[in-house]
Amino acid sequence: MLTRRRFLTLLTLLPLGACTRSETAAKPAAGDGGPAYGDTLVEASIGDISGLIPNITSDSSSQDIGGLIYSNLVRTDKNLRLEGELVEGWDISPDQLTITFHVRKGVKWHDGVALTAADVDFTYRYMIDPKTPTAYAESFRQVRHAEVVDPYTYRVTYEKPYSPALLSWGIWILPRHILEAPWKAGVDLRTTPQSRYPIGSGPYLFQEWKTGEKVVLEANPDYFEGRPYIKRVVYRIIPDQSTIFLELKAKNIDMAGLTPIQYRRQIDYPAFRKAFNKYRYLANGYAYLGFNLLDPRFQDKRVRQAMAYAINKQEIIEGVLLGLGQAAQGPYKPGTWWYKPDVKTYPFDPDRAKTLLAELGWTRMNSDGVLVKDGKPFSFTIMTNQGNSVRQQTAEIIQRRLKAVGIDVKIQVVDWAAFINTFIRKRQFEAIILGWGLGLDPDQYDIWTSTQTGPDQLNHISYKNPKVDELLEAGRRTFDEAKRKEIYWEFQDIMAEEQPVVFLYVPDNLPVVSSRVRGIEPAPAGISYNFIKWYVPAHLQQYTR
Amino acid sequence: MLAYAIRRVLISIPLFLGILVLSFLMLKLAPGEPTVIQQDLQVRQSEVQRETLRKLYGLDKPIYEQFGMWLWRSGRLDFGRSYMPDGRLVIDKIKERIPITLGLNVLELLITFLLAVPLGILSATRQYSLFDKLMTLFVFVGFAMPDFWFALLLMILLGVQLGWLPMSGLRSLNFEYLPFWSQVWDILSHLILPVLVASFGGLAFLSRLMRGTLLEVIRQDYMRTAQAKGLSERIVIYKHGVRNAIIPVVTLMGLMVPGLLGGSVIIETVFGIPGMGQLFVQSAYSRDEPVIMALVVIGASLSLLGNILADLFYSIVDPRIRVSGGGAG
Repeated sequence: MLTRRRFLTLLTLLPLGACTRSETAAKPAAGDGGPAYGDTLVEASIGDISGLIPNITSDSSSQDIGGLIYSNLVRTDKNLRLEGELVEGWDISPDQLTITFHVRKGVKWHDGVALTAADVDFTYRYMIDPKTPTAYAESFRQVRHAEVVDPYTYRVTYEKPYSPALLSWGIWILPRHILEAPWKAGVDLRTTPQSRYPIGSGPYLFQEWKTGEKVVLEANPDYFEGRPYIKRVVYRIIPDQSTIFLELKAKNIDMAGLTPIQYRRQIDYPAFRKAFNKYRYLANGYAYLGFNLLDPRFQDKRVRQAMAYAINKQEIIEGVLLGLGQAAQGPYKPGTWWYKPDVKTYPFDPDRAKTLLAELGWTRMNSDGVLVKDGKPFSFTIMTNQGNSVRQQTAEIIQRRLKAVGIDVKIQVVDWAAFINTFIRKRQFEAIILGWGLGLDPDQYDIWTSTQTGPDQLNHISYKNPKVDELLEAGRRTFDEAKRKEIYWEFQDIMAEEQPVVFLYVPDNLPVVSSRVRGIEPAPAGISYNFIKWYVPAHLQQYTR
Repeated sequence: MLAYAIRRVLISIPLFLGILVLSFLMLKLAPGEPTVIQQDLQVRQSEVQRETLRKLYGLDKPIYEQFGMWLWRSGRLDFGRSYMPDGRLVIDKIKERIPITLGLNVLELLITFLLAVPLGILSATRQYSLFDKLMTLFVFVGFAMPDFWFALLLMILLGVQLGWLPMSGLRSLNFEYLPFWSQVWDILSHLILPVLVASFGGLAFLSRLMRGTLLEVIRQDYMRTAQAKGLSERIVIYKHGVRNAIIPVVTLMGLMVPGLLGGSVIIETVFGIPGMGQLFVQSAYSRDEPVIMALVVIGASLSLLGNILADLFYSIVDPRIRVSGGGAG
């Protein structure tokens, strides 16, 4: 639910902009007795936990819990700035091909064994093993050579300079002394005891996992960054969203992420305000209306611009997100260092949309009020996935707005597996509403370049632009931030002009946390980055055992 | 009797196989593949990885071969490993959940039966009284109200507003630290809401049935004979009436088993109970085929078993069925 140091989606090189704010007046810190050890924080997870080796799971609950049990080589701080976690620092060679990591000394696995570069090396080798069922292997495959220089120095060399590399080392480091033997013996690591009863190096020790019921973690007194204040963390597995919300209202759960409607309409009563603090910050992702660019009707950028003018993004944000989000103008999260704030925008302007469409020959209307060219009405279907009511409502609003400029839109809602396999992979769609989760690096090579249009690749709208290919290739081949910024700003100008998709909105994350928990400091990274510093003042502690 | 039982079991076998073929096909013909769910739109996936997964799961083989392999293995209760990243044995996953679901269902059946029979008798003996009319209303409400909605209403009232009962799970977080009797109460209090909600629909149905059959029985000749003999009203109704009227009720309870298993899906999801129903929902969402298929097999077996037991029971209490040698199914 709340992302806590989940890597590939949570990394960046540099921050900017405070897009986080606490909507509740900060409770006075003085007089609460100060930080104290103890108490239990209860969270709910909607899905069952699939395993506690997060490198080979893809559900967010397993990765949230894994994030507390394991440590990463590098991570992002409160301002989304890259920093070492298991490393004290790193050097990049002058030719930008080699990264040398200096592993922190004195870190111990939960069973007392020392953590060294050999564990990092094991993790790397396990990740690139083709038999490893992980989604995170690609960036490690770019490594040409990796070596353990000494127990506390690890060196990797890439084929070509690869700037998203540092980010990719934000992977959970696995214990070699436990996993190497079964791995070499060809055992599927998901079936090893480590996946059920993990030994990590992170701030919390694994205590108990009752399938379908709960996972319990206990503070690691020897954690290398200090013992966490909150003594125990419990993830209760409750597979129903409304039940989770009711348990939250009954104060049986201390922390949860809310939907816009819950946040705006269902928690505004005195007892809830007293029991919980609510927070709000921009999510790492955006929703878009994408077109199948293999369809000749969508190939001229003016058609796409016309649709951008015809759609009222603010109306979608007000109506569907209840104001809890902001309009997206490009493929990046506002506030990051590579975000260009002054790109071309498309304010709601149906007349302009009609003019643009007329330029392209869409001038005549049939008796239904639909534009006709060469005897064919301008009509297409927007598809979106089942189970996301926000996207479905967005589709309905867009349908009405496009109707007003003479475009007939049908909506089709499809089950996720079918949506991806039958329609997206085979390019059997006209338009889609989907979202992209954003990594915290500007590299979006996989999404926009013409080399990535294969069936299982991510450029499923088939966008092809040689200039974009060139820019995105250049962007991942330099570590120089100023240069990268220049490259990605140019890329954003092209995106804004071309509108390969209509960028719709960036939603807000809406977590609430029990008001007895103190020490939460909202930052651009959200609230969970300093979890080990959260505490409950002694007199407010609820769970004493 | 034995011959009837054997025949009854034998005709279930083709039915059982039919269920298996249909469910296997349905699952395989649905668009999309488990591998899609596992790494849908991960930014850094590759075709190599997808193929690795397909091979690992045998998805690259033709469908009849997959079915054959699966049937052969399931015959020996080897349902393979789950596609979920935990990769656990399907049978282990189900084993730890079966007692919970079966226990809940037995409890529900018991409560339904123990309440429905007296309610039906009272309605029948006081036909058109205020009580009967109230019962009629209750029955219609029970039929019309969706489980999950009723569950949420009760949770809001008893869990959030009044705070009397726990809303989800089977145990409190501090369960281990409680004294024995508190532990007993802890589990019971967690069971009240789910059992109440799950029994509600069945209660409406069965009490209505009990009322109807008893009313019919009351009009029979042997009842009049009993009354004419001068037996008291009590004995007439309970000894002669209810015993005859209860036969179809018991039988139909056997037929309620599939419905209960289906209901577990909703009840266990809403109340966060780690049983088979919840596992079914999770597996369906994640296209965990081995688990879905195993659950279908087990669900189908239990339903068939329920039907067979109902039929056999019927033939025991009503000799006409086995004398004429058929008609059941």
